[in-house]
Amino acid sequence: MATEATTDVQKAETATVATPEQTRTGPVYSPAVDIFENDNTITLLADMPGVKASDLEIDLRENVLTLTGRVTPAGTAKEWNVLREYRPGTFFRQFTLSEAVDQPKIDAQLTDGVLRLELPKVEKARPRQITVRSS
Amino acid sequence: MLVRRVWPSRPTFEGSFSDFDQIRREVLRLLDAATDGAPDQGAGVFPPMNITQDDDKFYLRAEIPGIKPAELSISALRNRVSISGRREIPREHERVSYHRKERPEGAFNRTVTLPTEVDAERVDARYADGILTLTLPKAEQAKPRQIAVKS
Repeated sequence: MATEATTDVQKAETATVATPEQTRTGPVYSPAVDIFENDNTITLLADMPGVKASDLEIDLRENVLTLTGRVTPAGTAKEWNVLREYRPGTFFRQFTLSEAVDQPKIDAQLTDGVLRLELPKVEKARPRQITVRSS
Repeated sequence: MLVRRVWPSRPTFEGSFSDFDQIRREVLRLLDAATDGAPDQGAGVFPPMNITQDDDKFYLRAEIPGIKPAELSISALRNRVSISGRREIPREHERVSYHRKERPEGAFNRTVTLPTEVDAERVDARYADGILTLTLPKAEQAKPRQIAVKS
């Protein structure tokens, strides 16, 4: 019983280790993503409207993929609001990849606010076709 | 700071529930204004828009990632601007298995009413990095006029 309780506490502690805070203030959004894979590649598509290629950071270390995209607010100081439905902020999202990725072959493309990230699987992680021989 | 929201006007024949809907929106708008909070993203309207103005123009910015500019239809008449289009996510040809599918797709159509009339002939539309920017010059008669005070 007692040991169970301690494991629970330890679990709770790991859960509260949050991702580091952003140094810039402002809202942080989690971009909508599509993730799919085939035998060779894991592909991730993310909606990041307003992010320029130079303001997008993609980081992959120890199986944790981090996407950070900054949006520079548009407009001049002379403008005042009539309607405000969104607030430009930072797009931030992290994923844990379960499979080994061939790092040098990662390909990222940002078109019209949509990121397409292709993560090729390393050779050994690909499923191998096993032929069954009949005797 | 007071943030005003312009909602697309709704036809009145929708039934009595539209009145409740209107009240609900009004209350939400007042709460937003009181707390100066940013409205939630994805609150049911697509695309989310920001409209600003200076003395001569209105600027409408809408977050529409991943669309072809040719698929957007924009029209302006007097003080109303409509944006419609269809966001399609191309199917992957290869045999793939999806882990997540969160990005929305489908048709959208929004009309907003601006505080004053605009010069529909000189509306400029640009699409870059997933943001549509419309520059709408105010109609001549709607521009503020400087009034000299005679002594």
